[in-house]
Amino acid sequence: MGGSSPCASCKLLRRRCAKDCIFAPYFPPDDPFKFANVHKVFGASNVSKMLQELPVQQRADAVSSLVYEANARVRDPVYGCVGAISYLQNQVSELQMQLAVAQTEILCIQMQQEPTLPTQIEPDEKSLLLSTENLNNLPQYLAFPSSSNVIQDPLKRESLWT
Amino acid sequence: MTSTRCAACKYLRRRCASDCIFSPHFPSNNPQKFASVHRIYGASNIGKMLQQLPVHLRAKAADSLYYEAQRRIQDPVYGCVGIISRLHQEINTAKSELAKAQAEIAFFNAHAQAQGQPQFNLEAAAPSFNTFLPEQGSSAGHSSFGPSTWFY
Repeated sequence: MGGSSPCASCKLLRRRCAKDCIFAPYFPPDDPFKFANVHKVFGASNVSKMLQELPVQQRADAVSSLVYEANARVRDPVYGCVGAISYLQNQVSELQMQLAVAQTEILCIQMQQEPTLPTQIEPDEKSLLLSTENLNNLPQYLAFPSSSNVIQDPLKRESLWT
Repeated sequence: MTSTRCAACKYLRRRCASDCIFSPHFPSNNPQKFASVHRIYGASNIGKMLQQLPVHLRAKAADSLYYEAQRRIQDPVYGCVGIISRLHQEINTAKSELAKAQAEIAFFNAHAQAQGQPQFNLEAAAPSFNTFLPEQGSSAGHSSFGPSTWFY
């Protein structure tokens, strides 16, 4: 009896794994938990619909992000990914504050050192101010309570994006 | 005769029981909320997730599921993960800008010290420097939230 073993999805769903199974490229049989959480949170049918609506070249990334969200939801059934977003948003706010203080110090030092000259903003400082402005204009995504589960940058995790 | 069905039961075209698990969180005046979560998670999964939670946490869970569903509809490839990734990038950029600024301050202070001048002290020079700070949104650490602080 030949043929490859069914993908993790078809194993869990106890069905025949067709040659053109939409899950097979992304849920190999050697990692059953990957599909288990995705199925638990989103449901196989919904995942299948979502993947079918995407071009093939985007499906791997979509699966990775769905796996990430599903795992976050299983870890934190109340806030899921949203807790992480709130935590990171708070970090950005804190850093904005610290950066503003530091920039104020630099300007004051410059003014102190050259009181007779108009405050000249060096290109570097200008870029600092611009970057602060960009950070200030960063949309406040939301204000959920922060999650204590610090979630790493998903795009850096080799297991997700290779 | 006005309908008293919640948005979920209206969408699913079924009778809304008095103990319907969806009705506290998916009122009939916001049909989009349930439509979004149903599209991404499915009514059955939403019901299971809510049932597994204590009652006092279900509202927050429903709202966070709605938020994630909205992000997934807007960005079918990355959903919320795209936002997390962008925030990480912004944190890295801010940290690097901050390190640069702090290095400049350290340089100024070292230079001042070498010349026998007093080091710059922001608090002493400008006690009201708080006016320079950008308006703060949520405070650091745990932020309080409520209907008025939702962002969609």
